[in-house]
Amino acid sequence: MGKATFQIWRGDATNGRFEEYTTDVGDGMVVLDAVHLIQAEQAPDLAVRWNCKAGKCGSCSAEVNGKPRLMCMTRLDDLDLTRPVRIEPMKAFPLVRDLVTDVSWNYAAKKKIKPFKPRKPDAADGTWRMLQEDIDRPQEFRKCIECFLCQNVCHVLREHEKFDEFIGPRLFVYSAALEMHPLDVENRLSDLKKQDGIGYCNITKCCTVVCPEHITITDNAIIPLKERVVDAFYDPIARLFRFARSE
Amino acid sequence: MPEYRTHEYDVLVIGAGGAGLRAAIEASAAGVKVGCVCKSLLGKAHTVMAEGGVAAVIANVDDRDNWKVHFTDTMRGGQYLNNPAMAEIHAKEAPARVLELEAWGALFDRTKDGRILQRNFGGHKYPRLAHVGDRTGLEMIRTLQDHGIHQGIDFHMECTITRLLVHEGRVVGAFGYFRERGQFVVFRAKAIVLATGGIGKAFEITSNSWEYTADGHALAYQAGADLIDMEFVQFHPTGMVWPPSVRGILVTEGVRGEGGVLRNKDGKRFMFEDIPENYRNQTAKDEEEGWRYVQGDKNANRPPELLTRDHVARCINREVKEGRGSPHGGVFLDIAWIKSRVQNGEEHIRRKLPGMYHQFKELAGVDITQEPMEVGPTCHYIMGGIRVDAETQMSTVPGLFAAGECAAGLHGANRLGGNSLSDLLVFGKRAGEYAAKYAQELAIASVGADDQIEQAAAGALAPFGRPDDGDNPFRVQRDLQKMMQAHVGIVRTETEMLAALPALDELEVRASSVPVEGNRDYNPGWHTALDLGNLLTISRAVALSAIYRKESRGAHFREDFPEKDPEAARYNTVVRRGADGSMVLETTPVVPTTEVQKAVIEEMG
Repeated sequence: MGKATFQIWRGDATNGRFEEYTTDVGDGMVVLDAVHLIQAEQAPDLAVRWNCKAGKCGSCSAEVNGKPRLMCMTRLDDLDLTRPVRIEPMKAFPLVRDLVTDVSWNYAAKKKIKPFKPRKPDAADGTWRMLQEDIDRPQEFRKCIECFLCQNVCHVLREHEKFDEFIGPRLFVYSAALEMHPLDVENRLSDLKKQDGIGYCNITKCCTVVCPEHITITDNAIIPLKERVVDAFYDPIARLFRFARSE
Repeated sequence: MPEYRTHEYDVLVIGAGGAGLRAAIEASAAGVKVGCVCKSLLGKAHTVMAEGGVAAVIANVDDRDNWKVHFTDTMRGGQYLNNPAMAEIHAKEAPARVLELEAWGALFDRTKDGRILQRNFGGHKYPRLAHVGDRTGLEMIRTLQDHGIHQGIDFHMECTITRLLVHEGRVVGAFGYFRERGQFVVFRAKAIVLATGGIGKAFEITSNSWEYTADGHALAYQAGADLIDMEFVQFHPTGMVWPPSVRGILVTEGVRGEGGVLRNKDGKRFMFEDIPENYRNQTAKDEEEGWRYVQGDKNANRPPELLTRDHVARCINREVKEGRGSPHGGVFLDIAWIKSRVQNGEEHIRRKLPGMYHQFKELAGVDITQEPMEVGPTCHYIMGGIRVDAETQMSTVPGLFAAGECAAGLHGANRLGGNSLSDLLVFGKRAGEYAAKYAQELAIASVGADDQIEQAAAGALAPFGRPDDGDNPFRVQRDLQKMMQAHVGIVRTETEMLAALPALDELEVRASSVPVEGNRDYNPGWHTALDLGNLLTISRAVALSAIYRKESRGAHFREDFPEKDPEAARYNTVVRRGADGSMVLETTPVVPTTEVQKAVIEEMG
């Protein structure tokens, strides 16, 4: 057992500061353990979200020494404990209090995306057949635990605050899972282009870097969606064809 | 009157895990107005952590499987204290509920010919668990969530219910607060479905999250409902044991389903040494046969690692106690050994158990494709809970329904792995359906109980006015967990359990005077102080029921009564709130098995 010092953001949207806490640290501890220890012994009203403590629910997202992380999956022995560890809330979302932010926008934005719409069952037993290789890709996207770290680091949201015009990497991954689902027959390309603002993404891949589930967000989800949008709306021959038909 | 906002619904669902979401979807489909309250954010409930799979007789992998086998497996696993009507409904309806998820977008792992793949699990005779690697719960909750948000249900996130409102003998609403600003809220509802999960936070070593504070159990109890089988708390045999900060985190039974074996420090597969009589003719006679079973050989019997959870947990406990454990007080769970039997072993393990691979790699620095894991029992689930009608899921209080872990009856003395996710779907749907029906048929409005609202508000605010006595809610909770683990844990004795009762008295005194700091804005100290009441009430129910049952059966193991008592097979324990407010314990005869069900059990052997 040793000791380590943590600087934790305390306060709400109007008023806040970093408070310093020193606490015992031991073998295998993660940042969330330290936060809980501080909460139990020194600051019972320290606001923090968590559930599973095993990287499965995506509740304890925060910024640790400036890096967006799940606190439950960030081991203290990977950090430099000779200096204070700085823990602060995600910056892209409105602050509720301390380490808790208001992430409700993500839920509202998701609701606007057209839901799953399967084709009619076509196997004799009234279900469908799908091969594993056809679902490997959407299964990758469905690993998402909705921690919203990708939304937090996306500069279109974080710096440019395009919350009304852009749905962010998490919801592109969600859209891609639907678009690449072998049974889905809905078409979301027009929405992706207009209401979802996929054009704002300029592929800086920050989202992919921070994903705790290691989903290849940019390469496997966003770029293929961009290509589909381009195919549908910017292919010159198709455009000419559409133009001719509309005449 | 305290300040609060009011919402009116036909059906209010409390809880948004698998059971709550499924109930809300079904109630909404019936055309009634539905509200759904979740204690955390949507999609974060405990279902998200379920790993191994959902049990349903789709018979894609082994066509010998049918509802009769599943029913018999469930009854045997539950040591025949289950409600057989629920076990039958469950076995018959689970397949349709799973296939329905596929129609809502779920993507389960596939067989070679493109159907849903099923895996082996403890106590299930045939490979029966539909799964997605080891993240089945995430797939289920996300499917229900993404479907549910388009069904016209009002979701209230980060809202905790502290009291049910009862008027003229039926429920008329619920009182609670929103975590964000601590504002009070009253939900008026004609019918309420409790789907709040379990009580795992009453124990020190647990796989359960902060939410699992026995809320639904305690709300129902306070409203006058019966709780049954509260002595049956499941300790999952394989939780992580090292490092200390991850102690209790679940290691899926799927590891054993994929061929993982348990060894003690001498390298011995100790599970072969203790095979219960009623499973003897279903268990492999040697290691080779066990391996053939997990590889799908239909003529082989299951390895003893896939015996029921209660038994495996006790065997691990014994190895550790008798000095044959691993360095950090567990035993070894080895999946790496299968590399000698399958091609591309490392890749195979990572593909079948990606979550476990990352969990051990990142939290324990262990590469499970190279070395064994250290595991030991962790509190995981409570079989006991709110007594419900098998068909409708209505409790003994009119208008109050329950589904999922907070309800009881399906699992008896021990739950089989995979039967929880199917339970959620089957009985979540039924609870929603019958709650909607009840609400539609009810001619009277949900009014009254204003005095209860005032009491609930005063009770919720009480911790703020208390003088600082140096105690805090987290300390009280921790002491309760340590006490329950020590006195009413995995191995029980009369003396230990009797000592739990005065300890609970003392903790109740501390809980009723514990002060909280700060204000009502997102204040976990305050929330924990309010949760303590539920945990204490239900801990007492567990202790009293466990003291009463003087035998060992399923998850309830008593060192002083190590054998089964045939007389005790005839009853379920019942706990309810007496007229004077004290806890009453009695028994009720087990729900009889019908002649047809008896014949099924005979036939299936």
